[in-house]
Amino acid sequence: MIGVISYLVFFLILALIFSIAVLGLNLQWGYTGLFNAGVAGFIAVGAYTMAIMTGPSREAVMGGFELPFVVGLLGAMCTAGFAALVVGLITLRLKDEYLAVATFGIAVTIQLVCLNWEYVTGGTLGLISIPNPAKPLTDGPLAQNSVFLLIVVGVGGIAFWSLERIVQSPWGRMLKAIREDADAAASLGKSPTRIRLESFVLGCMLMGLSGALYVAFIGYVSPSDFLPIVTFQIWTMLIVGGSANNRGAVLGAIIVWGVWTSSGYVISKLVPTEIQAQGGAMQAVLIGLILVLMLLCRPRGLIGERMNVSRHARI
Amino acid sequence: MTATVSGSQTVLQLEGVTKRFGGFTAVDNVSFDLPAGTIGGLIGPNGAGKTTLFNTLAGMIQLDAGQVVLNRTPIHTLPPHQIFKAGLARTFQIPRPFREMTVLENVMTAPANQAGEKFWNNLLRPRKVAREEQALREQALSIIDFCDLSRVSADAAASLSGGQLKLLELARVLMSEPEIILLDEPAAGVNPSLMVTLVDKITELNRRGYTFLIIEHNMDVVMSICDPIMVMARGRLIYHGDAAGARQDPAVLDAYLGDLP
Ligand SMILES: Nc1ncnc2c1ncn2[C@@H]1O[C@H](COP(=O)(O)OP(=O)(O)O)[C@@H](O)[C@H]1O
Ligand SMILES: [Mg+2]
Repeated sequence: MIGVISYLVFFLILALIFSIAVLGLNLQWGYTGLFNAGVAGFIAVGAYTMAIMTGPSREAVMGGFELPFVVGLLGAMCTAGFAALVVGLITLRLKDEYLAVATFGIAVTIQLVCLNWEYVTGGTLGLISIPNPAKPLTDGPLAQNSVFLLIVVGVGGIAFWSLERIVQSPWGRMLKAIREDADAAASLGKSPTRIRLESFVLGCMLMGLSGALYVAFIGYVSPSDFLPIVTFQIWTMLIVGGSANNRGAVLGAIIVWGVWTSSGYVISKLVPTEIQAQGGAMQAVLIGLILVLMLLCRPRGLIGERMNVSRHARI
Repeated sequence: MTATVSGSQTVLQLEGVTKRFGGFTAVDNVSFDLPAGTIGGLIGPNGAGKTTLFNTLAGMIQLDAGQVVLNRTPIHTLPPHQIFKAGLARTFQIPRPFREMTVLENVMTAPANQAGEKFWNNLLRPRKVAREEQALREQALSIIDFCDLSRVSADAAASLSGGQLKLLELARVLMSEPEIILLDEPAAGVNPSLMVTLVDKITELNRRGYTFLIIEHNMDVVMSICDPIMVMARGRLIYHGDAAGARQDPAVLDAYLGDLP
């Protein structure tokens, strides 16, 4: 019984951490129609910022400032936001398709930088011994994870609530107008470039936040955590849950992460050990299958978009 | 050619406006003034360059030569959203609604500088945003009512008929009280009864002081409400004057090959 509860807590922590990144992508794609194909890169920026800011000092590697957890979270959001600002200023004036290509390229670049810039990122080994904020408060793994879950629920809750506030508003209405028809929105006085930039930066800040929480929970960070498959997972979570609906984003994260982990478990039990190494690929295929089925059968996701945007304009 | 109505002030002034697509000159050295309080009619055969002229005026495409002055301010160097804020609003020949939004919110999108358009205000000054939204909502609903769209105000714009979409485009631009409204074929695809409504709306708005520039193929509409009339053919402005004169102008008759009623 304890085992099940422990596992459930562990599962929920990761699912909710991912859901924060999905909320970020939802802002960009769901509301604004921005195709960010580099989600993993912005998660990585947040994760490494957290590790550098809150981790212990070590030889031959920069950082180890041992700053408090909350400062690390804010720092991670800032660096991810700054990275997004730079990327956005360069790419958001271009045609839509370029954003996808550019962000994908940037995510790969970020991953390569993490892999090779040893002085800052620790290279292949990554950075270890990142403090878990729940540890000093508790003893025993279950208690520690439970407290961490509360922290994630708290941080995620604040993010969710704030997002709902700023999206169900005239600002959210502009995002949707840009998504629906940028030229028409411009002809009504809205600046597509500026609005896209705001949405892109805020969304990437949430991705950075997600990365920071991930690192604080797992306790280390390494470049292999931020492969393009992560971007793919986050996208699937959004499509399954329902684009342009923040509840859908969270639901999608929980469901897809559930499918991902349980399929991993089933594969580890059923598949002969010789080909276990291909298990990850099978999981990816399964997720791809879900994505395709969803797009075919229920393109609006489990919880679709609501027609009404501003909470002040309900009829 | 450039007869300005004496005593009235010029809202929109075009000087040598030219737009080329490659070697093809879609708008060729077009100049005219539009006095405040008028309904200017811009007519001409298909492909004459009327929509292209609108697109250059609204900043959607860059002009290659010439200038556009709105109330003494040059606007041809501004991006589209700033041209709108300067007071020039336009509708599209093929309506471009925000399809997945309600009619009400399509209309509420239009006003510039809403407090709630700054995302932080929705967290820091929610009351101010709520108050503004309340007022906007009232204003939008009355404009929607004026445009005979009350029955569909809660519906997705995607579900509207072609004629209703034309009215929605009009409703959107009315929200911001522009200096001049450019309508691109407002009556095209609109059924006859709705057309009468539309023409009534335009003349009523004109009486309230709005200035219009209208591209329209329906000659009954043009001849009954538009003055002055500008005729374009192959990118050039070939006539500028009143409706009666247009019927007799040889260049106009030639451009239409006698199609003009
Ligand atoms: N983006 C474009 N690229 C090339 N040619 C264009 C473009 N837009 C319009 N044209 C051409 O310019 C001419 C004028 O078109 P348009 O302004 O739509 O005419 P009108 O509205 O008077 O019917 C047409 O011959 C059209 O093919
Ligand atoms: Mg046209």
